[in-house]
Amino acid sequence: MQSTVEGQTEKAAAEVRTPFLSRHRWLKRLLHDKGAVFGGSVMLFLVVVAFAAPLLTPADPMWMDPLNRLRPPSRAHPFGTDSSGRDIFSMVIYGARISLIVGLSVMIFSSLAGVVIGLLSGFFKTLDNIIMRINDGMMAFPSILLAIAMMAVLGPRVSNIVIALGVVYTPRMARIIRSVTLSCRAITYVEAATALGVRDLVIAFRHILPNCVPPMIVQGTFVFAFSVLDESSLSFLGVGAPPYIPSWGNVISMGRLLMIEAPWISLFPGFAILITVLALNLLGDGLRDSLDPRMQKMNQ
Amino acid sequence: MWVYLARRLMYLLPVMLVVVSIVFLLIHLIPGDPAAVMAGADATPDDVAKMRNVMGLDRPLYEQYGRWLFRTIQGDLGRSIFLERPVTTAIAERLEPTVLLTTFSLIVALIIGLPAGILSGAHPNTWLDKGMMVVAMLGVCIPAFWLGLNLIYLFAYKLRLFPPGNYVSLSTSIPTGIYYMLLPSLSLGFGQSALIARMVRSCMLEVLAQDYIRTARAKGLSEKVVVYVHALRNAMVPTSTVIGMTIAVLMGGAVITETVFNIAGVGRLVVSSVLRRDYPVIQGVILFIAFVYVVMNLLVDALYCLIDPRIRYD
Repeated sequence: MQSTVEGQTEKAAAEVRTPFLSRHRWLKRLLHDKGAVFGGSVMLFLVVVAFAAPLLTPADPMWMDPLNRLRPPSRAHPFGTDSSGRDIFSMVIYGARISLIVGLSVMIFSSLAGVVIGLLSGFFKTLDNIIMRINDGMMAFPSILLAIAMMAVLGPRVSNIVIALGVVYTPRMARIIRSVTLSCRAITYVEAATALGVRDLVIAFRHILPNCVPPMIVQGTFVFAFSVLDESSLSFLGVGAPPYIPSWGNVISMGRLLMIEAPWISLFPGFAILITVLALNLLGDGLRDSLDPRMQKMNQ
Repeated sequence: MWVYLARRLMYLLPVMLVVVSIVFLLIHLIPGDPAAVMAGADATPDDVAKMRNVMGLDRPLYEQYGRWLFRTIQGDLGRSIFLERPVTTAIAERLEPTVLLTTFSLIVALIIGLPAGILSGAHPNTWLDKGMMVVAMLGVCIPAFWLGLNLIYLFAYKLRLFPPGNYVSLSTSIPTGIYYMLLPSLSLGFGQSALIARMVRSCMLEVLAQDYIRTARAKGLSEKVVVYVHALRNAMVPTSTVIGMTIAVLMGGAVITETVFNIAGVGRLVVSSVLRRDYPVIQGVILFIAFVYVVMNLLVDALYCLIDPRIRYD
């Protein structure tokens, strides 16, 4: 008994002495992935920019300056101004807040709902047939079209974009979690837990759920990226964020009518969307490769 | 194969039932009184009551659902409030531009995506592969509407090579119709070409690592024959799934591209119906596109049997 306790203490001490990166090999692999490091750095930068928006911008994004209408990029207005003299740079910086809030919220929404639905579906065969048929039905709609229809019903508000996109992406998350759950059910320790009489829900949420976290994080990153794209598309079409909110899609939609006179209005928010989605995709690819090294081998 | 297809058709029935039910429920998700929302802000109580009666919203929910199901099975998608004609007629009138845009975009996606994916997969980890995959990654990330606007700015306003938008029916003039479709198709198809390129590359890599490819090399076949004859055929099997899905995704994406290029297709019909609160049209169009998606899935499964004789479904 004494030796067992000592052994455990030594093991714990060894764990403490081991460098952080050696204990978290996935993180080490992630940090060696240039694309993922770039993606992560861009996202970190965007978060800082979105938080510090009032400190970084020369003016309120909605402040009109009729004397400086349609000014091209200059020192005073790095991204130029629109037809009301509003500063595009400020709009792009504040727009980052909308995109990040929507992307993150949709990611959390679809992850939580997808995990619960996926676990229940993968674990309870009776529920599986019903849930998966509903899932298949939901996935038969192109994502942007279902989101448009839901926005038509719910009305143009940022919170409604999160609900619409959350509903759109939950079935995709649920399907992945279900497949992980199904493969985990065959693992010996889950069989042992079942044999010991552990309740199904406890097995599902305590023993299987931790296995679902890596694919959930990877898929969540892609959901984040798609949500940023979809939010901007919805706003561009006039069914997303209300027009008085400086979302990237809204600014591009406004710039569309002034393409010839002021191409910069839609140029910069478009670049912002492209860079954000690119960063998230690179981060997602890196996370997938580092959390599941078999995928990396396949890709190479 | 026919037994399998019949079984697949049976499996599609519950999926379509779910699709129809979701579309039915959409109206009932409207916060407050759907009839009041559809009648508009200036509507009198009489107008709202009339709307409720026209839409059948004054009947019990189960009766509304039963009627909706019965009508939909018969191909009746209701009547547009704004256009004052059956939704199916409204869709049929706008279908030609959308079908053409989708077809041309698919051709663009295949012309760019397939060679890019095959070359990348055949030469992994070379500069060619890396360069193509960077472009493919950008293609996945670029917002289609923004790409469309930039194409209009560059090719229509600056270089004056293409028209900035609008649609000319092929029945009017085939060359002019194609000419007007080029920019919108490139805008919509580019993103999908990137997805196809990535998929083909990954399938090629998987196939090229198999034993029969090693055997083909060992017996002295040239690398070109190994890659383009032996590997490509098998790599195309999973790729065909993506191509099938692409058609439905393109139909969804057409909503945005048609708005950017001012094309009066089904996609623009949806957007204008959202702004006019013409819910029967929104319901009809998304039901129609979901139906196309489900049928495409079935066709792809059937094609599987033809492309790869090893696949047997019984």
